[in-house]
Amino acid sequence: MKRLLVANRGEIAVRIIRAARDLGISTVAVHSTADEAAPHVRLADAAVEIGPPQASKSYLAVDAILAAARSSGADAVHPGYGFLAERATFAAAVADAGLCFVGPDADVIERMGDKVRARKVAAAAGVPTVPGTPSGVDDVAAAVTAAAEIGYPVMLKAAAGGGGRGIRVVDDEAGLRSAFPAASHEAASAFGDGRMYLERFVRCARHVEVQVLGDGSDVVHLYERECSLQRRRQKMVEEATAPGIDPGVREAMTAAAVRLAREVGYTSAGTAEFLVDDETHEFFFIEMNTRIQVEHPTTELVTGYDLVAEQLRIAAGEPLRLRQDEITARGCALEFRVVAEDPSRDFLPSPGNVDRVVLPAGPWVRVDTWLEPGGTVSPFYDSLLAKVVVWGEDRETAIRRSRRAIAEFAVEGVPTTAGLFAEILDEPWFGAGEFHTGTLEQWLADRKEGS
Amino acid sequence: MAHHEIVSPIPGVFYRRPDPDSDPFASEGQRVGAEDTVCLVEVMKSFHQVPAGAAGTVIEFLVENEDVVDAGQAVAVIEAG
Repeated sequence: MKRLLVANRGEIAVRIIRAARDLGISTVAVHSTADEAAPHVRLADAAVEIGPPQASKSYLAVDAILAAARSSGADAVHPGYGFLAERATFAAAVADAGLCFVGPDADVIERMGDKVRARKVAAAAGVPTVPGTPSGVDDVAAAVTAAAEIGYPVMLKAAAGGGGRGIRVVDDEAGLRSAFPAASHEAASAFGDGRMYLERFVRCARHVEVQVLGDGSDVVHLYERECSLQRRRQKMVEEATAPGIDPGVREAMTAAAVRLAREVGYTSAGTAEFLVDDETHEFFFIEMNTRIQVEHPTTELVTGYDLVAEQLRIAAGEPLRLRQDEITARGCALEFRVVAEDPSRDFLPSPGNVDRVVLPAGPWVRVDTWLEPGGTVSPFYDSLLAKVVVWGEDRETAIRRSRRAIAEFAVEGVPTTAGLFAEILDEPWFGAGEFHTGTLEQWLADRKEGS
Repeated sequence: MAHHEIVSPIPGVFYRRPDPDSDPFASEGQRVGAEDTVCLVEVMKSFHQVPAGAAGTVIEFLVENEDVVDAGQAVAVIEAG
């Protein structure tokens, strides 16, 4: 690998260019007309314009990106996250063009990106998924038998339905016997099919994900990240490793992620997402993300490995350099995603011109960003401005240092979510690590009511 | 009959359909109510519905599907009434 084309923009393009430079690989940026003056364009050794501002006509335009790779003499393509990162057809097109794709093979992306097929891989690898009926059941007796095996509480949903319509949660057999007929009848009249799926309902769930690296023959894990603090499925705060996970669960879950990745001969960096039941401590595989993730720096800060550099080495054909028994996780790393949205106006996306910018720095504070004074927050792309990532020798130290770092952060010109993080850092439930996937939205709703 | 301009409140990408496989929200010559959505504007990956703002008949759209629009830019004209 001599010349890497980065098929992305924003902070992740900057991040990838830096990793390539650290390895002595020259870089090619691609950009839309809206990003002509963007930092990733300036940092790269060469830059190619690939289309107008709309992502569908630029960062998602496969032909334009491949043409840019050819004209600039690139021999490899890194997709970053989002855009084309998990499109199997893009990975295949890159390989067909005789270039090296930094990520897993197209068939692995396709297999793990399909929920039904990924569940099959999990079953083959002995990795637990959320227990449920494989197909719909059509009478109470069959439902009772299935529920006894699944375990209560159980969620009922129409086999033919979608979008959460008619979903019911029952706590025991009596509840199921009374709820099933009505639910089934409702489904029959709404969808013409009265069969119901039954699935274990996890009342208090944490979203925990395990980072893996594979070279096609060997796989290692780099521990886990806690990602439960989400608003509308957008993560706001992440951390490595996960609080509230005991050593037994950690060991079993990381081993499960490695088995899963081995099962498909995984190449590059990937993440196995799990739902962890906060009450029973059971964990269930949800899906695999076949890309580098936004929150990867937290793992880098606790393990000391550069995940993007490892991706590049693996893509260049080097065998995995990391040995499982040499990988340790030390201390705690927190990541805060600062976005250009206005919390006082229901998180209204707020593009505009950036005036003054002060980024936090100092010991064990890392900021991954594209932000600079005089820059423009474009309406055409996502609202992520900066990831403030803070390490501490323990969680308490990381939280104290995060208060300091967030207080230093200042942007003028566009509203941001930075102020919210200062509040979250002072919440007792955050300090105690006692939260689940519903906590942040509930907190935001209570906060709105209180103001 | 007064002409009413429908204006995009935000900058972004203009869409006439709720999704690529659906029919347009409104076509030229169609009657719409003041609250009816006539288009979407995508800003930072979030979609905002733009209402007609006045009841009447759609005379013309001033921008093409997937065109870039500015905040305050007129996107369609309605004959109110």
